[in-house]
Amino acid sequence: MTIEAPMTLHRIILKTGADLHGFRKAVRWLIAEELAPQHVVFAIDDAPGLFGDETVMDAPPVSIPKGVSRLIEQVVCHGDPERYALLYGLVWRVLNGERDLLEVASDPLVHRIDLMARSVRRDLHKMHAFVRFRRMQGELERFAAWFEPEHFILEAAAPFFVDRFRSMDWTILTPIGSTRWDRHELTFGPPGRREDAPDEDSFEEGWRGYYESVFNPARVNPTAMRAEMPKKYWRNMPETAAIPGLIQTAAQRVERMIEQEATMPTKRTPERAIQAMWDQEPKTLEELNAIIAKAGPLVPGATQAVFGEGPHHAEIVFVGEQPGDQEDLQGRPFVGPAGKLLTKAMREAGIEREQAYLTNAVKHFKFDQRGHRRIHAKPTAGEVKHYRPWLMKELELVRPKLIVALGATAVLALSGKATPITRSRGRAKFGAYEGYITVHPSYLLRLPDEATKQEAYEAFLNDLRRIHDLAQADLNTGELPLAAE
Amino acid sequence: MIGEWLSMGKGLLLKKGEPHRLSGSVEAKVHDLTETCSYGRHATSRPLPGPSPAPYLHARTKHEQSCGRPMDEKLSKKLRILADAAKYDASCSSSGAPKRKSDPDGLGSTVGTGICHAYTPDGRCVSLLKILLTNYCLFDCAYCVNRRSSNVKRAKFSVDEVVTLTVEFYKRNYIEGLFLSSGIIRSPDYTMEQMILVAKKLRRDHGFRGYIHLKTIPEASPWLIEEAGLWADRLSINLELPTEKSLEQLAPEKDGASIETAMAQMSERIEEAREERRHFSPAGQTTQMIVGADETTDADVLRKSATLYGHYAMKRVYYSAFSPIPDSSAILPLKSPPLMRENRLYQADWLLRYYGFDVDEIASSAEKGMLDLDVDPKLAWALKNRHRFPVDVNLADREMLLRVPGLGARAVDKIVVARKHTTLRLEDVARLTSGLKRAKPFLITADHHPKARLDKLDLRERLIEKPEQLSLFV
Repeated sequence: MTIEAPMTLHRIILKTGADLHGFRKAVRWLIAEELAPQHVVFAIDDAPGLFGDETVMDAPPVSIPKGVSRLIEQVVCHGDPERYALLYGLVWRVLNGERDLLEVASDPLVHRIDLMARSVRRDLHKMHAFVRFRRMQGELERFAAWFEPEHFILEAAAPFFVDRFRSMDWTILTPIGSTRWDRHELTFGPPGRREDAPDEDSFEEGWRGYYESVFNPARVNPTAMRAEMPKKYWRNMPETAAIPGLIQTAAQRVERMIEQEATMPTKRTPERAIQAMWDQEPKTLEELNAIIAKAGPLVPGATQAVFGEGPHHAEIVFVGEQPGDQEDLQGRPFVGPAGKLLTKAMREAGIEREQAYLTNAVKHFKFDQRGHRRIHAKPTAGEVKHYRPWLMKELELVRPKLIVALGATAVLALSGKATPITRSRGRAKFGAYEGYITVHPSYLLRLPDEATKQEAYEAFLNDLRRIHDLAQADLNTGELPLAAE
Repeated sequence: MIGEWLSMGKGLLLKKGEPHRLSGSVEAKVHDLTETCSYGRHATSRPLPGPSPAPYLHARTKHEQSCGRPMDEKLSKKLRILADAAKYDASCSSSGAPKRKSDPDGLGSTVGTGICHAYTPDGRCVSLLKILLTNYCLFDCAYCVNRRSSNVKRAKFSVDEVVTLTVEFYKRNYIEGLFLSSGIIRSPDYTMEQMILVAKKLRRDHGFRGYIHLKTIPEASPWLIEEAGLWADRLSINLELPTEKSLEQLAPEKDGASIETAMAQMSERIEEAREERRHFSPAGQTTQMIVGADETTDADVLRKSATLYGHYAMKRVYYSAFSPIPDSSAILPLKSPPLMRENRLYQADWLLRYYGFDVDEIASSAEKGMLDLDVDPKLAWALKNRHRFPVDVNLADREMLLRVPGLGARAVDKIVVARKHTTLRLEDVARLTSGLKRAKPFLITADHHPKARLDKLDLRERLIEKPEQLSLFV
């Protein structure tokens, strides 16, 4: 057996509170000096020195896993004076062969530090939850609160309040320090006193009344309440004054409710009101359009809502995609280049535009601004569905014989499903309505060469002629003739 | 005097001018605290300290203008009535909203999990200002305190009153936001429009970025549901009763089919909006079922839940044990079910969602469709399936560890990671879970084997929890 020379203890002094900076500096130096935890003691600066303090010199940074440094940031806020020694023990082991130590949650040291971190996180969470601002006297709106945290968490807790109350001027005073946000900058100062904060607020009585009212006496369970809202926080929360009374009278209140027999309603049954209640549906297109106008555009930018146009009981309804630039400015559907093309084709196919009802799946123009030009932007499926209930109501009010879907967006709006035009072109069924699917006239405008354009226009015209026949035949026979197929 | 620390030259936590990086998003600089003390009670007469006089300190923000007045007695009275009327709705959570921060002249933020700002003596969390717009109602649902035939006191808020209460309570850090529901007045559409107006005013006029939960009225026109989703973080429709028959009997104006149509519409739109990165009820939808007001068994309640989770992507199904209400209807049962029933339903619900159980497994360990009130549903299942135990904590796969009574999902995750580095003993497991007593008979560790104890007939009796008051909302 050899006799070892007594080891010197190195004493590291850190500042009161969460001295992350001091601890980090100390760790760098201790690791550089290869000093094992059993040779180091940590002390807070208000304790008198017994061994003579170490001067911590600058040393290169130490590379530790992210999880460990995150844990350190939390645990230095803990109130336990042992925290630094425990953390240094952890760092030492991580750097000496146990790099994945944090993964061993069952390790006694890891477990203990994890409990401390949890306690700090809980205290932070409770501070975010339980701080109660009171409005300060004076004309300008300013708030202050007095709060007593368990750990040194003021600086860690403050950013939450900035994010939340950025437009407010507020101060939080605690026994470990104070912080103020003046809508511009966050500052920290020395400890405050309870009497520095206002002792009342004009909304507190209302708040207490609210708290009392949401309590259900049939479920009284103070243990569960105290587990989440420990008594130590109560004195700074105005609503807790109501607790004893609520618990005391709970049993009595429940008894009264159970004993009380069912009573006869004192008011007569409001039959007419109930009848009227269901009479909420818009009865005319004008009423429906007023509702659409009031709701405003889903995607901001449109000048106005563009409603359907045509006789109220038209035989054919044409459904397009959404208003374009011209439509948006004029407030009428199908008045732009594509609309003009449609009108021309309709006339050639024998359909009077004035006899048909023209509308769009989406009622507001959506665009991308490029310089002075507003370039049409295709509505998303969600946008189409947003407008769908209105379109359905519109069709219900027009009650056409035939609905023509112009393009894929109209098909989506009418059927609720995305279907490619090429495969579904021709006759269709939209719910209970007879339908017909064809391309949108803007498709014809986009085709590159004249020959294709002409060919596509002929096909479109053919569709319109069939649409015309279908609607005609329907009028004469009361059913759709196969000849129109 | 408040702000005294500003005038003190000593004992500062940080030195003058020292830049100080905080863990969050805020860069804080400690400016010269010794210069002036001009805020607090003298604030109106002197200029403010700070490196640059910010112009908006003098220009009042929008919500100051409209909401500066104190709360009068009339408003207080209404608040009592309309909070009391809303308290039977169990959903309290303010979770699931995308993280937001307030604008320079707006108010409010959201954090992922939500915050409980207080707890009432029933152990429930107070997170949102949960109120009804009005408790006048044309519906006559037997279980509801606000049904038209009840003789409770009635009140109605104006849209502006709700906005004021929300903003002023929020500024004092009482709440995370607003939970707004309502009795049906005039028509479902009118009522829904008023509720949407509240949300719209908060968001538009006050730059409010806190949490808004709107209770949706399924009888309202579909376009109003579309609009509600644009302003709210969460929408919900309460199913209230799990079967069509009970609905017919207890809620004559309600219709199961229209409730589910509205749920389907919301779930479809929530999904689309998420894909299109658009705002539509980003925290999803929830619902509530009342337990114990009709004859439905636990197994049937859970089957309904499984359908709701599956078909409509519910974030949560709340179970509310029917509790006595003032001026109760004669067709209701006299006794409320034990609160424990609600607790067991929540536990079973978690087994469905996070522990890989299916409804039939849970139902098979229930007696006549009712969950065992003495032991939790996982333990009840394990006791009926002893042949699948004991499970070796050092070898078993995650799925099987999740089925061990007393081991939560978090503990299981820790076990799976830790055993890569070490062989777990009983004391190690004890550090990872608080449910060791229940786990022990089903678990093998490096130094423990339950052997014949697992087959003992009195095992259930020995594992019964002492009848203590339980936290219902964990």
